Amino acid sequence: MNVTHLILVGIFIVATIIGYLLINNVPSRLHTPLMSGMNALSGITILGAILATATALSSPDTVTGTVFGSIAIVLAMVNVTGGFAVTNRMLKMFGKKKEDNNDQ
Amino acid sequence: MISRILLQTPPPDLLSDPVYYGICILLTAAVLLGIHFMSRVETAKTGNQISALAVAAGIIVTLIKKNILTVWLLYPSIAAGIILGLIVARKVKMIQMPQLVALLNGIGGAASAIVASFAWLFQSNESEPFGTATAILAVIVGTITLSGSLVAAGKLHKILTQRPVIFPAHQIIAAAILVLLTGTLLAGVIYPAIPATALLPVTIVLALTFGFVFSVRVGGADMPITISLLNSLSGLAAAIAGFAVTDILLVAIGGIVGASGLFLTQIMCKAMNRSLSAILLGNTVLQNIEKPTGNVAAESDKPDGKTATLSPVEIIKAARNIIIVPGYGMALAHAQHLVKSLAEKLAAGGASVRYAIHPVAGRMPGHMDVLLIEAGVPFDDVFEMDDINNDFKDADAAIVVGANDVLNPAARNAEGTPIYGMPILNVDQCKNIVIFNYDLKPGYSGVDNPIYNRKNNVWVLQGDAKETLTDFLSKL
Repeated sequence: MNVTHLILVGIFIVATIIGYLLINNVPSRLHTPLMSGMNALSGITILGAILATATALSSPDTVTGTVFGSIAIVLAMVNVTGGFAVTNRMLKMFGKKKEDNNDQ
Repeated sequence: MISRILLQTPPPDLLSDPVYYGICILLTAAVLLGIHFMSRVETAKTGNQISALAVAAGIIVTLIKKNILTVWLLYPSIAAGIILGLIVARKVKMIQMPQLVALLNGIGGAASAIVASFAWLFQSNESEPFGTATAILAVIVGTITLSGSLVAAGKLHKILTQRPVIFPAHQIIAAAILVLLTGTLLAGVIYPAIPATALLPVTIVLALTFGFVFSVRVGGADMPITISLLNSLSGLAAAIAGFAVTDILLVAIGGIVGASGLFLTQIMCKAMNRSLSAILLGNTVLQNIEKPTGNVAAESDKPDGKTATLSPVEIIKAARNIIIVPGYGMALAHAQHLVKSLAEKLAAGGASVRYAIHPVAGRMPGHMDVLLIEAGVPFDDVFEMDDINNDFKDADAAIVVGANDVLNPAARNAEGTPIYGMPILNVDQCKNIVIFNYDLKPGYSGVDNPIYNRKNNVWVLQGDAKETLTDFLSKL
Protein backbone atom coordinates (compact mmCIF):
# COMPACT_ATOMS: atom_id res chain seq x y z
CA MET A 1 0.00 0.00 0.00
CA ASN A 2 1.32 3.43 -0.85
CA VAL A 3 -0.19 6.90 -0.80
CA THR A 4 -1.93 6.44 -4.14
CA HIS A 5 -3.64 3.32 -2.85
CA LEU A 6 -4.75 5.07 0.30
CA ILE A 7 -6.23 7.90 -1.74
CA LEU A 8 -8.04 5.37 -3.91
CA VAL A 9 -9.44 3.63 -0.84
CA GLY A 10 -10.59 7.01 0.46
CA ILE A 11 -12.29 7.84 -2.83
CA PHE A 12 -13.95 4.43 -2.83
CA ILE A 13 -15.35 4.92 0.67
CA VAL A 14 -16.59 8.47 0.07
CA ALA A 15 -18.22 7.65 -3.28
CA THR A 16 -19.87 4.57 -1.83
CA ILE A 17 -21.33 6.41 1.14
CA ILE A 18 -22.62 9.38 -0.87
CA GLY A 19 -24.04 7.00 -3.46
CA TYR A 20 -25.77 4.96 -0.79
CA LEU A 21 -27.33 8.06 0.78
CA LEU A 22 -28.58 9.39 -2.56
CA ILE A 23 -30.01 6.05 -3.63
CA ASN A 24 -31.96 5.98 -0.39
CA ASN A 25 -34.09 8.83 -1.80
CA VAL A 26 -35.10 7.04 -4.97
CA PRO A 27 -38.76 5.93 -4.74
CA SER A 28 -39.45 2.24 -5.28
CA ARG A 29 -41.44 2.88 -8.47
CA LEU A 30 -38.15 3.99 -10.03
CA HIS A 31 -36.11 1.06 -8.79
CA THR A 32 -36.06 -0.77 -12.13
CA PRO A 33 -34.75 2.25 -14.07
CA LEU A 34 -32.38 2.97 -11.18
CA MET A 35 -31.01 -0.52 -11.35
CA SER A 36 -30.61 -0.56 -15.11
CA GLY A 37 -28.93 2.85 -14.90
CA MET A 38 -26.54 1.59 -12.22
CA ASN A 39 -25.99 -1.42 -14.41
CA ALA A 40 -24.94 0.84 -17.24
CA LEU A 41 -22.54 2.60 -14.88
CA SER A 42 -20.86 -0.67 -13.97
CA GLY A 43 -19.71 -0.68 -17.59
CA ILE A 44 -17.34 2.12 -16.52
CA THR A 45 -14.85 -0.71 -16.66
CA ILE A 46 -14.67 0.31 -20.35
CA LEU A 47 -11.95 2.72 -19.20
CA GLY A 48 -9.89 -0.20 -17.92
CA ALA A 49 -10.62 -2.17 -21.08
CA ILE A 50 -9.39 0.63 -23.32
CA LEU A 51 -6.25 1.02 -21.23
CA ALA A 52 -5.58 -2.69 -21.16
CA THR A 53 -5.97 -3.07 -24.91
CA ALA A 54 -3.73 -0.12 -25.63
CA THR A 55 -1.13 -1.61 -23.31
CA ALA A 56 -1.38 -5.00 -24.98
CA LEU A 57 -0.72 -3.40 -28.35
CA SER A 58 2.68 -2.33 -27.12
CA SER A 59 3.49 -5.70 -25.55
CA PRO A 60 5.35 -8.62 -27.19
CA ASP A 61 2.29 -10.86 -27.55
CA THR A 62 0.10 -8.42 -29.42
CA VAL A 63 -2.45 -10.87 -30.81
CA THR A 64 -3.75 -12.47 -27.61
CA GLY A 65 -3.80 -9.11 -25.86
CA THR A 66 -5.64 -7.40 -28.66
CA VAL A 67 -8.20 -10.18 -28.97
CA PHE A 68 -9.06 -10.26 -25.27
CA GLY A 69 -8.81 -6.50 -24.93
CA SER A 70 -11.20 -6.00 -27.81
CA ILE A 71 -13.61 -8.52 -26.30
CA ALA A 72 -13.51 -6.55 -23.04
CA ILE A 73 -14.15 -3.28 -24.89
CA VAL A 74 -17.13 -4.68 -26.78
CA LEU A 75 -18.63 -6.23 -23.65
CA ALA A 76 -18.19 -3.12 -21.53
CA MET A 77 -19.50 -0.89 -24.29
CA VAL A 78 -22.61 -3.04 -24.75
CA ASN A 79 -23.08 -2.81 -20.99
CA VAL A 80 -22.80 0.99 -21.00
CA THR A 81 -24.78 1.75 -24.15
CA GLY A 82 -27.46 -0.90 -23.69
CA GLY A 83 -27.93 0.03 -20.05
CA PHE A 84 -28.27 3.76 -20.58
CA ALA A 85 -30.41 3.40 -23.70
CA VAL A 86 -32.90 1.02 -22.12
CA THR A 87 -33.08 3.19 -18.99
CA ASN A 88 -33.79 6.18 -21.18
CA ARG A 89 -36.50 4.22 -22.96
CA MET A 90 -38.15 3.33 -19.67
CA LEU A 91 -37.95 6.81 -18.23
CA LYS A 92 -39.44 8.23 -21.41
CA MET A 93 -42.52 6.11 -20.69
CA PHE A 94 -42.69 7.49 -17.18
CA GLY A 95 -42.56 11.03 -18.50
CA LYS A 96 -44.87 10.58 -21.44
CA LYS A 97 -48.03 9.56 -19.65
CA LYS A 98 -48.83 12.96 -18.25
CA GLU A 99 -48.76 14.61 -21.66
CA ASP A 100 -50.82 11.77 -23.07
CA ASN A 101 -53.47 12.28 -20.46
CA ASN A 102 -53.61 15.96 -21.24
CA ASP A 103 -53.91 15.23 -24.91
CA GLN A 104 -56.73 12.79 -24.64
CA MET B 1 0.43 -1.71 -13.28
CA ILE B 2 -1.08 -0.95 -16.60
CA SER B 3 -1.45 2.75 -16.24
CA ARG B 4 2.09 2.99 -15.01
CA ILE B 5 3.42 0.98 -17.91
CA LEU B 6 1.70 3.36 -20.26
CA LEU B 7 3.06 6.36 -18.48
CA GLN B 8 6.55 4.92 -18.65
CA THR B 9 6.65 5.45 -22.40
CA PRO B 10 6.72 9.12 -21.58
CA PRO B 11 3.90 10.76 -23.49
CA PRO B 12 3.69 14.43 -24.17
CA ASP B 13 1.41 15.22 -21.24
CA LEU B 14 -1.72 16.54 -22.87
CA LEU B 15 -3.48 16.57 -19.53
CA SER B 16 -1.51 17.36 -16.40
CA ASP B 17 -2.21 15.21 -13.35
CA PRO B 18 -4.02 17.84 -11.29
CA VAL B 19 -6.31 18.71 -14.20
CA TYR B 20 -6.97 15.03 -14.84
CA TYR B 21 -7.81 14.34 -11.19
CA GLY B 22 -10.01 17.41 -11.09
CA ILE B 23 -11.94 16.16 -14.11
CA CYS B 24 -12.31 12.72 -12.51
CA ILE B 25 -13.81 14.25 -9.39
CA LEU B 26 -16.14 16.41 -11.49
CA LEU B 27 -17.31 13.39 -13.47
CA THR B 28 -17.92 11.42 -10.27
CA ALA B 29 -19.93 14.36 -8.95
CA ALA B 30 -21.90 14.40 -12.20
CA VAL B 31 -22.78 10.73 -11.76
CA LEU B 32 -23.89 11.41 -8.19
CA LEU B 33 -25.99 14.34 -9.41
CA GLY B 34 -27.53 12.02 -11.98
CA ILE B 35 -28.51 9.61 -9.20
CA HIS B 36 -29.92 12.50 -7.20
CA PHE B 37 -32.12 13.38 -10.18
CA MET B 38 -33.36 9.78 -10.21
CA SER B 39 -35.21 10.45 -6.96
CA ARG B 40 -38.05 12.18 -8.84
CA VAL B 41 -39.99 10.88 -11.81
CA GLU B 42 -39.92 14.33 -13.45
CA THR B 43 -36.14 14.64 -13.41
CA ALA B 44 -35.13 10.99 -13.69
CA LYS B 45 -34.60 11.05 -17.45
CA THR B 46 -32.27 14.02 -17.19
CA GLY B 47 -30.42 12.24 -14.40
CA ASN B 48 -29.83 9.21 -16.59
CA GLN B 49 -28.58 11.40 -19.42
CA ILE B 50 -26.17 13.20 -17.10
CA SER B 51 -24.72 9.85 -16.00
CA ALA B 52 -24.40 8.71 -19.62
CA LEU B 53 -22.61 11.91 -20.59
CA ALA B 54 -20.27 11.53 -17.62
CA VAL B 55 -19.24 8.06 -18.79
CA ALA B 56 -18.75 9.31 -22.36
CA ALA B 57 -16.61 12.16 -21.07
CA GLY B 58 -14.70 9.68 -18.91
CA ILE B 59 -13.82 7.64 -22.01
CA ILE B 60 -12.61 10.68 -23.92
CA VAL B 61 -10.60 12.02 -20.97
CA THR B 62 -8.95 8.63 -20.50
CA LEU B 63 -8.03 8.43 -24.19
CA ILE B 64 -6.45 11.88 -23.97
CA LYS B 65 -4.74 11.41 -20.64
CA LYS B 66 -3.12 8.10 -21.59
CA ASN B 67 -2.24 9.50 -24.99
CA ILE B 68 -4.01 6.70 -26.87
CA LEU B 69 -6.47 8.87 -28.76
CA THR B 70 -4.85 7.78 -32.01
CA VAL B 71 -4.76 4.05 -31.29
CA TRP B 72 -7.22 3.38 -34.09
CA LEU B 73 -7.54 -0.29 -33.29
CA LEU B 74 -9.65 0.64 -30.27
CA TYR B 75 -12.45 2.26 -32.22
CA PRO B 76 -13.95 -0.67 -34.15
CA SER B 77 -14.58 -2.49 -30.84
CA ILE B 78 -16.06 0.63 -29.27
CA ALA B 79 -18.34 1.13 -32.27
CA ALA B 80 -19.38 -2.52 -32.28
CA GLY B 81 -20.27 -2.32 -28.59
CA ILE B 82 -22.33 0.83 -29.09
CA ILE B 83 -24.28 -0.63 -32.00
CA LEU B 84 -24.95 -3.93 -30.23
CA GLY B 85 -26.01 -2.09 -27.07
CA LEU B 86 -28.44 0.13 -28.95
CA ILE B 87 -29.97 -2.83 -30.77
CA VAL B 88 -30.46 -4.73 -27.52
CA ALA B 89 -31.98 -1.70 -25.79
CA ARG B 90 -34.42 -1.16 -28.61
CA LYS B 91 -35.51 -4.78 -29.01
CA VAL B 92 -36.03 -5.80 -25.39
CA LYS B 93 -39.58 -6.04 -24.03
CA MET B 94 -40.32 -4.56 -20.64
CA ILE B 95 -41.27 -7.94 -19.19
CA GLN B 96 -37.75 -9.05 -20.15
CA MET B 97 -36.04 -6.27 -18.21
CA PRO B 98 -34.88 -8.58 -15.39
CA GLN B 99 -33.03 -10.93 -17.72
CA LEU B 100 -31.58 -8.01 -19.67
CA VAL B 101 -30.23 -6.45 -16.48
CA ALA B 102 -28.87 -9.83 -15.43
CA LEU B 103 -27.21 -10.33 -18.80
CA LEU B 104 -25.67 -6.84 -18.80
CA ASN B 105 -24.45 -7.39 -15.23
CA GLY B 106 -22.76 -10.54 -16.43
CA ILE B 107 -20.97 -9.01 -19.39
CA GLY B 108 -19.93 -6.03 -17.27
CA GLY B 109 -18.45 -8.48 -14.78
CA ALA B 110 -16.69 -10.31 -17.61
CA ALA B 111 -15.18 -7.08 -18.90
CA SER B 112 -13.90 -6.23 -15.42
CA ALA B 113 -12.44 -9.72 -15.05
CA ILE B 114 -10.58 -9.37 -18.36
CA VAL B 115 -9.24 -5.95 -17.36
CA ALA B 116 -8.06 -7.38 -14.04
CA SER B 117 -6.48 -10.38 -15.79
CA PHE B 118 -4.44 -7.96 -17.89
CA ALA B 119 -3.34 -6.14 -14.78
CA TRP B 120 -2.33 -9.43 -13.22
CA LEU B 121 -0.46 -10.77 -16.26
CA PHE B 122 1.27 -7.55 -17.20
CA GLN B 123 2.46 -6.51 -13.79
CA SER B 124 6.15 -6.10 -13.24
CA ASN B 125 8.02 -8.54 -11.02
CA GLU B 126 8.64 -6.16 -8.17
CA SER B 127 5.02 -4.99 -8.05
CA GLU B 128 3.36 -4.55 -4.72
CA PRO B 129 1.07 -7.07 -3.05
CA PHE B 130 -1.78 -4.53 -3.13
CA GLY B 131 -1.81 -4.48 -6.91
CA THR B 132 -1.64 -8.25 -7.19
CA ALA B 133 -4.29 -8.83 -4.54
CA THR B 134 -6.77 -6.41 -6.09
CA ALA B 135 -6.16 -7.80 -9.56
CA ILE B 136 -6.83 -11.37 -8.44
CA LEU B 137 -9.84 -10.31 -6.38
CA ALA B 138 -11.32 -8.42 -9.34
CA VAL B 139 -10.84 -11.49 -11.55
CA ILE B 140 -12.69 -13.56 -8.95
CA VAL B 141 -15.58 -11.14 -8.37
CA GLY B 142 -15.97 -10.32 -12.07
CA THR B 143 -16.01 -13.97 -13.07
CA ILE B 144 -18.50 -14.92 -10.34
CA THR B 145 -20.70 -12.07 -11.59
CA LEU B 146 -20.44 -13.44 -15.11
CA SER B 147 -21.49 -17.02 -14.47
CA GLY B 148 -23.96 -16.12 -11.71
CA SER B 149 -25.67 -13.58 -13.96
CA LEU B 150 -25.80 -15.89 -16.94
CA VAL B 151 -27.51 -18.57 -14.86
CA ALA B 152 -29.94 -15.98 -13.45
CA ALA B 153 -30.69 -14.63 -16.93
CA GLY B 154 -31.19 -18.18 -18.20
CA LYS B 155 -33.66 -18.89 -15.43
CA LEU B 156 -35.54 -15.66 -16.02
CA HIS B 157 -35.65 -16.31 -19.74
CA LYS B 158 -36.88 -19.85 -18.99
CA ILE B 159 -33.96 -21.48 -20.77
CA LEU B 160 -33.10 -23.05 -17.42
CA THR B 161 -35.55 -24.34 -14.86
CA GLN B 162 -36.99 -21.68 -12.60
CA ARG B 163 -37.07 -24.02 -9.66
CA PRO B 164 -34.12 -24.02 -7.31
CA VAL B 165 -31.61 -26.71 -8.25
CA ILE B 166 -30.00 -27.99 -5.10
CA PHE B 167 -27.12 -30.42 -5.27
CA PRO B 168 -26.32 -32.81 -2.47
CA ALA B 169 -24.04 -30.95 -0.04
CA HIS B 170 -24.66 -27.75 -1.97
CA GLN B 171 -23.46 -25.48 0.81
CA ILE B 172 -20.35 -27.54 1.39
CA ILE B 173 -19.47 -27.39 -2.31
CA ALA B 174 -19.94 -23.62 -2.30
CA ALA B 175 -17.88 -23.20 0.84
CA ALA B 176 -15.12 -25.46 -0.51
CA ILE B 177 -14.86 -23.43 -3.73
CA LEU B 178 -14.65 -20.23 -1.70
CA VAL B 179 -11.82 -21.70 0.36
CA LEU B 180 -9.98 -22.70 -2.82
CA LEU B 181 -10.49 -19.22 -4.27
CA THR B 182 -9.08 -17.67 -1.13
CA GLY B 183 -6.19 -20.08 -1.53
CA THR B 184 -5.42 -18.91 -5.07
CA LEU B 185 -5.65 -15.30 -3.94
CA LEU B 186 -3.18 -15.88 -1.12
CA ALA B 187 -0.89 -17.98 -3.31
CA GLY B 188 -0.79 -15.27 -5.96
CA VAL B 189 0.04 -12.57 -3.43
CA ILE B 190 2.49 -14.46 -1.20
CA TYR B 191 4.33 -16.37 -3.91
CA PRO B 192 4.83 -13.99 -6.84
CA ALA B 193 7.10 -16.67 -8.28
CA ILE B 194 4.07 -18.71 -9.31
CA PRO B 195 3.40 -17.51 -12.85
CA ALA B 196 0.11 -15.67 -13.24
CA THR B 197 -0.45 -17.60 -16.46
CA ALA B 198 -0.74 -20.77 -14.38
CA LEU B 199 -2.86 -19.37 -11.58
CA LEU B 200 -5.25 -17.37 -13.76
CA PRO B 201 -7.02 -20.30 -15.49
CA VAL B 202 -7.48 -22.07 -12.14
CA THR B 203 -8.97 -18.93 -10.62
CA ILE B 204 -11.32 -18.41 -13.52
CA VAL B 205 -12.59 -21.99 -13.50
CA LEU B 206 -13.17 -21.90 -9.74
CA ALA B 207 -14.97 -18.55 -9.89
CA LEU B 208 -17.13 -19.63 -12.81
CA THR B 209 -18.14 -22.71 -10.84
CA PHE B 210 -18.93 -20.69 -7.74
CA GLY B 211 -21.17 -18.27 -9.67
CA PHE B 212 -23.01 -21.22 -11.17
CA VAL B 213 -23.42 -22.99 -7.82
CA PHE B 214 -24.60 -19.74 -6.26
CA SER B 215 -27.28 -18.86 -8.82
CA VAL B 216 -28.56 -22.27 -9.73
CA ARG B 217 -30.24 -22.82 -6.37
CA VAL B 218 -32.22 -19.59 -6.56
CA GLY B 219 -35.88 -19.89 -7.47
CA GLY B 220 -38.09 -17.49 -9.43
CA ALA B 221 -39.40 -15.39 -6.56
CA ASP B 222 -35.95 -14.89 -5.06
CA MET B 223 -34.76 -13.35 -8.33
CA PRO B 224 -35.24 -9.71 -7.26
CA ILE B 225 -32.74 -10.30 -4.47
CA THR B 226 -30.29 -12.20 -6.64
CA ILE B 227 -30.36 -9.62 -9.42
CA SER B 228 -29.77 -6.81 -6.95
CA LEU B 229 -26.86 -8.69 -5.45
CA LEU B 230 -25.30 -9.42 -8.85
CA ASN B 231 -25.74 -5.76 -9.74
CA SER B 232 -23.78 -4.90 -6.63
CA LEU B 233 -21.08 -7.43 -7.53
CA SER B 234 -20.67 -6.05 -11.06
CA GLY B 235 -20.00 -2.61 -9.57
CA LEU B 236 -17.65 -4.06 -7.01
CA ALA B 237 -15.73 -5.90 -9.72
CA ALA B 238 -15.24 -2.64 -11.61
CA ALA B 239 -14.12 -0.85 -8.44
CA ILE B 240 -11.59 -3.53 -7.50
CA ALA B 241 -10.30 -3.63 -11.06
CA GLY B 242 -9.93 0.12 -10.68
CA PHE B 243 -7.65 -0.43 -7.69
CA ALA B 244 -5.58 -2.87 -9.73
CA VAL B 245 -5.05 -0.46 -12.63
CA THR B 246 -5.03 2.67 -10.43
CA ASP B 247 -7.95 4.42 -12.08
CA ILE B 248 -9.93 6.89 -9.97
CA LEU B 249 -13.09 6.85 -12.05
CA LEU B 250 -13.33 3.08 -12.01
CA VAL B 251 -12.92 3.02 -8.24
CA ALA B 252 -15.41 5.81 -7.54
CA ILE B 253 -18.17 4.81 -9.95
CA GLY B 254 -17.74 1.10 -9.33
CA GLY B 255 -18.14 1.85 -5.62
CA ILE B 256 -21.35 3.78 -6.25
CA VAL B 257 -22.82 0.89 -8.24
CA GLY B 258 -21.78 -1.56 -5.54
CA ALA B 259 -23.51 0.54 -2.89
CA SER B 260 -26.68 0.88 -4.93
CA GLY B 261 -26.92 -2.85 -5.55
CA LEU B 262 -26.39 -3.57 -1.89
CA PHE B 263 -29.06 -1.06 -0.91
CA LEU B 264 -31.64 -2.58 -3.27
CA THR B 265 -30.70 -6.03 -2.01
CA GLN B 266 -31.47 -4.92 1.55
CA ILE B 267 -34.84 -3.47 0.51
CA MET B 268 -35.78 -6.68 -1.25
CA CYS B 269 -34.70 -8.79 1.70
CA LYS B 270 -36.83 -6.71 4.03
CA ALA B 271 -39.83 -6.92 1.72
CA MET B 272 -39.52 -10.69 1.60
CA ASN B 273 -38.66 -11.07 5.25
CA ARG B 274 -35.43 -12.80 4.41
CA SER B 275 -31.98 -12.21 5.76
CA LEU B 276 -29.22 -11.75 3.25
CA SER B 277 -27.10 -14.38 4.94
CA ALA B 278 -29.89 -16.92 4.63
CA ILE B 279 -30.04 -16.31 0.91
CA LEU B 280 -26.27 -16.41 0.53
CA LEU B 281 -26.26 -19.71 2.37
CA GLY B 282 -28.98 -20.97 0.11
CA ASN B 283 -31.86 -21.39 2.51
CA THR B 284 -34.34 -21.08 -0.28
CA VAL B 285 -38.04 -21.06 0.36
CA LEU B 286 -38.89 -24.37 -1.20
CA GLN B 287 -36.73 -26.28 1.20
CA ASN B 288 -39.26 -26.07 3.96
CA ILE B 289 -42.75 -26.19 2.60
CA GLU B 290 -45.28 -26.70 5.32
CA LYS B 291 -48.97 -26.35 5.52
CA PRO B 292 -49.93 -23.27 7.51
CA THR B 293 -50.91 -24.27 10.99
CA GLY B 294 -54.46 -24.22 12.20
CA ASN B 295 -55.96 -21.24 10.52
CA VAL B 296 -57.22 -22.92 7.39
CA ALA B 297 -60.12 -24.45 9.25
CA ALA B 298 -62.70 -24.63 6.51
CA GLU B 299 -60.87 -26.38 3.76
CA SER B 300 -63.99 -28.23 2.63
CA ASP B 301 -65.63 -26.53 -0.32
CA LYS B 302 -63.68 -24.42 -2.70
CA PRO B 303 -65.08 -20.94 -2.93
CA ASP B 304 -66.72 -20.89 -6.34
CA GLY B 305 -70.32 -21.62 -5.40
CA LYS B 306 -70.92 -18.51 -3.37
CA THR B 307 -73.85 -18.18 -1.03
CA ALA B 308 -74.15 -14.50 -1.73
CA THR B 309 -76.71 -13.60 -4.35
CA LEU B 310 -74.69 -10.71 -5.71
CA SER B 311 -72.33 -11.34 -8.58
CA PRO B 312 -68.83 -9.90 -8.61
CA VAL B 313 -69.86 -7.74 -11.56
CA GLU B 314 -72.57 -6.09 -9.48
CA ILE B 315 -70.23 -5.61 -6.55
CA ILE B 316 -67.60 -3.92 -8.68
CA LYS B 317 -70.22 -1.83 -10.47
CA ALA B 318 -71.49 -0.49 -7.15
CA ALA B 319 -68.03 0.14 -5.69
CA ARG B 320 -66.87 3.74 -5.50
CA ASN B 321 -63.45 3.16 -4.02
CA ILE B 322 -61.47 0.37 -5.67
CA ILE B 323 -57.92 -0.84 -5.24
CA ILE B 324 -56.33 -3.06 -7.89
CA VAL B 325 -53.56 -5.44 -6.81
CA PRO B 326 -51.52 -6.64 -9.80
CA GLY B 327 -49.05 -9.50 -9.45
CA TYR B 328 -46.54 -11.20 -11.67
CA GLY B 329 -49.34 -13.50 -12.88
CA MET B 330 -50.88 -10.50 -14.62
CA ALA B 331 -47.65 -9.92 -16.48
CA LEU B 332 -47.36 -13.61 -17.42
CA ALA B 333 -50.89 -13.51 -18.85
CA HIS B 334 -50.06 -10.26 -20.71
CA ALA B 335 -53.17 -8.79 -19.09
CA GLN B 336 -51.80 -5.33 -18.23
CA HIS B 337 -53.77 -3.58 -20.96
CA LEU B 338 -57.00 -5.30 -19.92
CA VAL B 339 -56.42 -4.28 -16.32
CA LYS B 340 -55.89 -0.73 -17.49
CA SER B 341 -59.11 -0.87 -19.56
CA LEU B 342 -60.96 -2.18 -16.53
CA ALA B 343 -59.62 0.65 -14.40
CA GLU B 344 -60.52 3.23 -17.03
CA LYS B 345 -64.03 1.88 -17.40
CA LEU B 346 -64.58 1.95 -13.65
CA ALA B 347 -63.10 5.42 -13.36
CA ALA B 348 -65.38 6.61 -16.16
CA GLY B 349 -68.28 5.36 -14.08
CA GLY B 350 -67.18 7.68 -11.29
CA ALA B 351 -65.21 5.29 -9.10
CA SER B 352 -61.82 6.07 -7.62
CA VAL B 353 -59.38 3.44 -8.86
CA ARG B 354 -55.87 3.01 -7.52
CA TYR B 355 -53.16 0.37 -7.88
CA ALA B 356 -51.30 -1.14 -4.93
CA ILE B 357 -47.83 -2.53 -5.61
CA HIS B 358 -45.98 -4.88 -3.31
CA PRO B 359 -42.23 -4.20 -3.27
CA VAL B 360 -41.37 -7.66 -4.59
CA ALA B 361 -44.10 -7.88 -7.23
CA GLY B 362 -42.42 -8.88 -10.46
CA ARG B 363 -38.96 -10.26 -10.99
CA MET B 364 -36.83 -7.26 -10.08
CA PRO B 365 -37.27 -4.20 -7.85
CA GLY B 366 -39.85 -1.82 -9.32
CA HIS B 367 -40.67 -4.21 -12.18
CA MET B 368 -44.47 -4.04 -11.76
CA ASP B 369 -44.45 -0.24 -11.89
CA VAL B 370 -42.62 -0.31 -15.21
CA LEU B 371 -45.02 -2.90 -16.64
CA LEU B 372 -48.09 -0.87 -15.64
CA ILE B 373 -46.65 2.36 -16.91
CA GLU B 374 -45.71 0.70 -20.18
CA ALA B 375 -49.36 -0.33 -20.51
CA GLY B 376 -50.30 3.32 -20.13
CA VAL B 377 -51.40 3.48 -16.51
CA PRO B 378 -50.78 7.01 -15.18
CA PHE B 379 -48.11 6.76 -12.50
CA ASP B 380 -50.12 9.01 -10.17
CA ASP B 381 -52.56 6.10 -9.76
CA VAL B 382 -49.83 3.65 -8.73
CA PHE B 383 -49.11 3.44 -5.01
CA GLU B 384 -46.40 1.74 -3.03
CA MET B 385 -47.49 -0.69 -0.34
CA ASP B 386 -46.82 1.55 2.65
CA ASP B 387 -48.74 4.45 1.12
CA ILE B 388 -51.93 2.54 0.46
CA ASN B 389 -51.99 -0.34 2.91
CA ASN B 390 -54.20 1.46 5.45
CA ASP B 391 -56.80 2.23 2.79
CA PHE B 392 -57.89 -1.35 2.12
CA LYS B 393 -60.24 -1.41 5.10
CA ASP B 394 -62.13 1.63 3.80
CA ALA B 395 -62.18 0.58 0.15
CA ASP B 396 -65.35 -0.88 -1.33
CA ALA B 397 -63.57 -3.54 -3.30
CA ALA B 398 -60.14 -4.95 -4.03
CA ILE B 399 -59.43 -6.50 -7.43
CA VAL B 400 -56.52 -8.95 -7.39
CA VAL B 401 -54.98 -9.97 -10.72
CA GLY B 402 -52.39 -12.72 -10.70
CA ALA B 403 -51.11 -12.18 -7.17
CA ASN B 404 -51.11 -14.56 -4.24
CA ASP B 405 -48.25 -14.64 -1.74
CA VAL B 406 -48.06 -10.85 -1.43
CA LEU B 407 -51.56 -10.76 0.04
CA ASN B 408 -51.55 -14.04 1.92
CA PRO B 409 -52.70 -13.37 5.50
CA ALA B 410 -50.86 -16.52 6.58
CA ALA B 411 -47.80 -14.24 6.61
CA ARG B 412 -49.22 -12.63 9.75
CA ASN B 413 -50.01 -15.67 11.85
CA ALA B 414 -48.85 -18.94 10.31
CA GLU B 415 -45.63 -19.40 12.18
CA GLY B 416 -43.12 -21.76 10.65
CA THR B 417 -44.18 -21.10 7.08
CA PRO B 418 -41.70 -19.49 4.71
CA ILE B 419 -43.70 -16.29 4.39
CA TYR B 420 -44.34 -15.78 8.11
CA GLY B 421 -43.42 -12.21 8.99
CA MET B 422 -43.31 -10.96 5.42
CA PRO B 423 -45.08 -7.60 5.02
CA ILE B 424 -48.22 -8.11 2.95
CA LEU B 425 -50.91 -6.02 1.30
CA ASN B 426 -53.97 -5.85 3.59
CA VAL B 427 -56.34 -7.10 0.92
CA ASP B 428 -58.07 -9.34 3.47
CA GLN B 429 -59.30 -6.25 5.33
CA CYS B 430 -61.30 -5.14 2.33
CA LYS B 431 -65.08 -5.54 2.32
CA ASN B 432 -65.22 -7.23 -1.07
CA ILE B 433 -62.46 -9.07 -2.87
CA VAL B 434 -62.56 -10.16 -6.50
CA ILE B 435 -59.63 -12.35 -7.52
CA PHE B 436 -58.55 -13.11 -11.09
CA ASN B 437 -56.05 -15.90 -10.61
CA TYR B 438 -55.05 -18.79 -12.80
CA ASP B 439 -55.84 -21.35 -10.12
CA LEU B 440 -56.24 -21.76 -6.38
CA LYS B 441 -52.90 -23.42 -5.89
CA PRO B 442 -50.53 -21.93 -3.37
CA GLY B 443 -48.17 -19.29 -4.69
CA TYR B 444 -44.46 -19.66 -5.04
CA SER B 445 -44.05 -19.91 -1.27
CA GLY B 446 -46.11 -23.09 -1.19
CA VAL B 447 -48.42 -21.75 1.52
CA ASP B 448 -52.19 -21.94 1.04
CA ASN B 449 -53.97 -18.61 1.00
CA PRO B 450 -56.81 -18.54 3.57
CA ILE B 451 -58.55 -15.74 1.65
CA TYR B 452 -59.65 -18.35 -0.89
CA ASN B 453 -61.56 -20.17 1.82
CA ARG B 454 -63.41 -17.17 3.14
CA LYS B 455 -67.14 -17.67 2.78
CA ASN B 456 -68.35 -14.17 2.25
CA ASN B 457 -67.58 -11.48 -0.22
CA VAL B 458 -64.68 -13.20 -1.92
CA TRP B 459 -65.07 -14.15 -5.56
CA VAL B 460 -62.39 -16.09 -7.36
CA LEU B 461 -62.58 -16.03 -11.14
CA GLN B 462 -60.23 -18.78 -12.16
CA GLY B 463 -58.48 -19.07 -15.48
CA ASP B 464 -56.22 -17.15 -17.79
CA ALA B 465 -56.48 -13.53 -16.69
CA LYS B 466 -56.77 -12.39 -20.29
CA GLU B 467 -59.96 -14.44 -20.77
CA THR B 468 -61.52 -13.89 -17.37
CA LEU B 469 -60.90 -10.15 -17.55
CA THR B 470 -62.26 -9.89 -21.09
CA ASP B 471 -65.38 -11.72 -19.99
CA PHE B 472 -65.70 -9.55 -16.89
CA LEU B 473 -65.27 -6.35 -18.88
CA SER B 474 -67.98 -7.37 -21.33
CA LYS B 475 -70.46 -7.80 -18.49
CA LEU B 476 -69.59 -4.56 -16.79
